[in-house]
Amino acid sequence: MKIQLNGASHDTEHPDLAALVAALGHEGDKVATAIDGLFVARQNRSQSPLNEGCAVEIVAPMEGG
Amino acid sequence: MDSAKGPACKKLSLYGSEFDSRFLIGSAQYPSPAILLDAITASHAGIVTVSLRREAGKDGAGQQFWSLIQQSGARLLPNTAGCKTVKEAVNTAHMARELFDTRWIKLEVIGEDDTLQPDVFGLVEAARILCAEGFQVFPYTTDDLVVADKLLAAGCEVLMPWGSPIGSGRGLNNPFALRALRAHFPDTTLVVDAGIGLPSQTTQAMELGYDAILLNTAVAKAGDPVAMARAFAQAIEAGRLAFLAGAIEARDMAAPSTPVLGSPFWHSEHEQ
Repeated sequence: MKIQLNGASHDTEHPDLAALVAALGHEGDKVATAIDGLFVARQNRSQSPLNEGCAVEIVAPMEGG
Repeated sequence: MDSAKGPACKKLSLYGSEFDSRFLIGSAQYPSPAILLDAITASHAGIVTVSLRREAGKDGAGQQFWSLIQQSGARLLPNTAGCKTVKEAVNTAHMARELFDTRWIKLEVIGEDDTLQPDVFGLVEAARILCAEGFQVFPYTTDDLVVADKLLAAGCEVLMPWGSPIGSGRGLNNPFALRALRAHFPDTTLVVDAGIGLPSQTTQAMELGYDAILLNTAVAKAGDPVAMARAFAQAIEAGRLAFLAGAIEARDMAAPSTPVLGSPFWHSEHEQ
């Protein structure tokens, strides 16, 4: 299915957010996630299915003012 | 003078945590990671602001920044920079809480792109939601008294009015409003956030009785960020000391500083 990953089109067959995060190599990383603009806590990623066209955000620490 | 809260307390108090330094420094726009760390050290700031970004790939910039900023030893204050709606700000705050393992959030809800002026209506609503959820909110706001009152009613214990637009370097655009804010909320921790360009402007804010200063661009984009961080640290401390010392009232006419009583010549000369 096609999803939006961090604002770009992305093909994935992973059924849930936890699987996607792991497949992208971020499982042990300092990242936070959201689907369709709503925060998904780390412990809830495996219960958060990915659907056609959904917008996934994976964010990490960055510099800020 | 050493009460737990208010402008006269000895240490900076933020949601029950105390800090020796009254300088909060941003972590963006430095020429290099090494200069960022050196500037933080020179600033003596106990608090560093950070943010969130989309992570591009494994071992991306975000993970490198996380390793770097931990070396500073500073308390981290994540922000919701770039958020324009309540929903964006609230969800970004939730992501920041998990990412940085802190209830602190510098809440930004931007309402206008040219000035980066806060959308104060969205700000108050987001603050109310986040405070109810247990966040300790540092709202980036204007110097509007009524908005400040509503932010306090929403549960904020700290207010961060702008000096002038973010990154403008204009200093305190409206000292009258900032003075009024200080007078209206004598027991609230007030931090001037944004718009600072020169150390003297932070001295001015601290002389008004502000509790602390948050700035980024004026240090990061200086010719020598480390030296400028040191200059700001000293200016903030000078302003604080001046506030505690009690400044004289300004007056229109001269008042001789040298005692005139008993002057040997001039009285008699003028009376002739």
